Amino acid sequence: MPLSTQSQSESDEYILVASLDNARNLSNILKAISFKDHAIFNATQNGLKVTVEDSKCLQANAFIQADIFQEFTIRQDVIGFQVNLTVLLDCLTIFGGSTVPGVSTALRMCYIGYGYPLTLFLEEAGVVTVCKINTQEPEEPLDFDFCSTNVTNKVILQSDSLKEAFSELDMTSEVLQLTMSPSHPYFRLSTFGNSGNAHYDYPKDSDMMELFQCTKTQKNRYKMSLLKPSTKALGLSCKVSVRTDSRGFLSLQYLVRNDDGQICFVEYYCCPDEEVDEE
Amino acid sequence: MKFRAKINDVGCLNHFTRVVNTITKLTKACVLRLTVNNVYFVLSGKVANGGVSMWCELLQVNFFDEYQLEGVSADSNEICLEVAPENLSRALKTAQNAKFVKIKLTKKHCPCLTLAAELPSLSSVSRVVTHDIPVDVIPRRLWHDFKEPSMPDFDVSIYLPPLKTMKSVVDRMKNLSNYLVVEANLSGEMNLKIETDLVSVTTHFKNLGNPPWADDASQGGGQSRPVEAMAHARVDIRKLQQFLNGQQVNPSKAMCNIVDQRIVHLILLQEDVSLQYFIPAVA
Repeated sequence: MPLSTQSQSESDEYILVASLDNARNLSNILKAISFKDHAIFNATQNGLKVTVEDSKCLQANAFIQADIFQEFTIRQDVIGFQVNLTVLLDCLTIFGGSTVPGVSTALRMCYIGYGYPLTLFLEEAGVVTVCKINTQEPEEPLDFDFCSTNVTNKVILQSDSLKEAFSELDMTSEVLQLTMSPSHPYFRLSTFGNSGNAHYDYPKDSDMMELFQCTKTQKNRYKMSLLKPSTKALGLSCKVSVRTDSRGFLSLQYLVRNDDGQICFVEYYCCPDEEVDEE
Repeated sequence: MKFRAKINDVGCLNHFTRVVNTITKLTKACVLRLTVNNVYFVLSGKVANGGVSMWCELLQVNFFDEYQLEGVSADSNEICLEVAPENLSRALKTAQNAKFVKIKLTKKHCPCLTLAAELPSLSSVSRVVTHDIPVDVIPRRLWHDFKEPSMPDFDVSIYLPPLKTMKSVVDRMKNLSNYLVVEANLSGEMNLKIETDLVSVTTHFKNLGNPPWADDASQGGGQSRPVEAMAHARVDIRKLQQFLNGQQVNPSKAMCNIVDQRIVHLILLQEDVSLQYFIPAVA
């Protein structure tokens, strides 16, 4: 098997080697941010950060810490490259991404350096697949300058409660309005669709609400089309932290537990919808 | 010309339905060839269907409890009909719980295969569902197109890996590329490869084994082929995917013969059904 018989000299060439016993631990979390083809990879000693952006208004980051991997060797301080995420996901799930217990795809991901492809060795039941995905020049990810010191309002919810709301949201509404307030209605999701307006209210002492820290009443609108991809992350997660800063920027942080019970994070940043002067 | 047949056994009916469903996934139209001993579904490699051809052979006695055939003449005692397998498959779907199914060649407004299924009924009144499936009777002078294809003079013959694994690999590769290279050698190795501007992917299967006929087949002008040497063929990935998707018969043996750069010949064998599928190589 190429996975185990990689000669030492060949391994030495790589500036990045990351192995997983279960490729789903990577593919699942990447699915949570797969709404555009281009993904920026950024590897450091701490692990892997994968960034996907849309329209300069939305950014999603998936963090896979180094200790999630069975092996994580990096020979430079920072390694950055860009690959096509759809292609990567097809490669990672080449054996079907089986959920049957006891059957998993082992992965070894290697990168020689600038100008070289990202090489994946995948093995399941004695069958080996080698993928060479061409890499591109990494773009500089947007800096949303979302600083925890500027956070105005913050709540942490059990994902299940938000999943229900998101699955019932009126998608004919162009925007989702988020109201966070220290007084009633505390935490409200509103839509303005063809068949009328709808509000979802969460009381602050609900069982689903793990943390409620709202200092000021804020009402912000976000484009539904931008928030839609985040439901993928919501579906995988067990907890979500919703934060807004003084500018009305939204940060959604999802806590995702993988097949082995380890924890990873997915984060979405979204700009508020620009306010239009009322005539 | 006369044809009537009857299936009583629910097991046989299910089995026949699965075979027809498999054919349906592979082609929109094919030729149903009926002989005294066998039922065949045949697709001959025309340019219109991308050069793919198919040969599926069923032993009549294993499926039908009654089977009467009177061919076009005594010396050519067979019937060739052009049929849309989808119609047959749809008709069989309604007959799933039938007590029996009768299939008959009839002359209505046009020639038809009439499929009558007697469904279980709680009252004494029987419930019979009848489907008339239009067919074209193929004249004798065109029959030569529908003879059993000869085994190509292959370079490599190899057993296929588990079809489920192969299917998921081919499904993913289909998302990435339109063409796929199948290559195999005589030491039980087979590779599936794609290559595009974005990515190259190769899946290596090992220890598959080569069917025994490969040993005595003297290929390449008497010279035996080096066991490691790969024969390869680049094929339209959709054709291979169709074959793997349609597969409902759970074969006891699955094999692949490759004529280097010419053809991929896939064979599925079950006790009483054999399915052969030919995919031409593209440059």
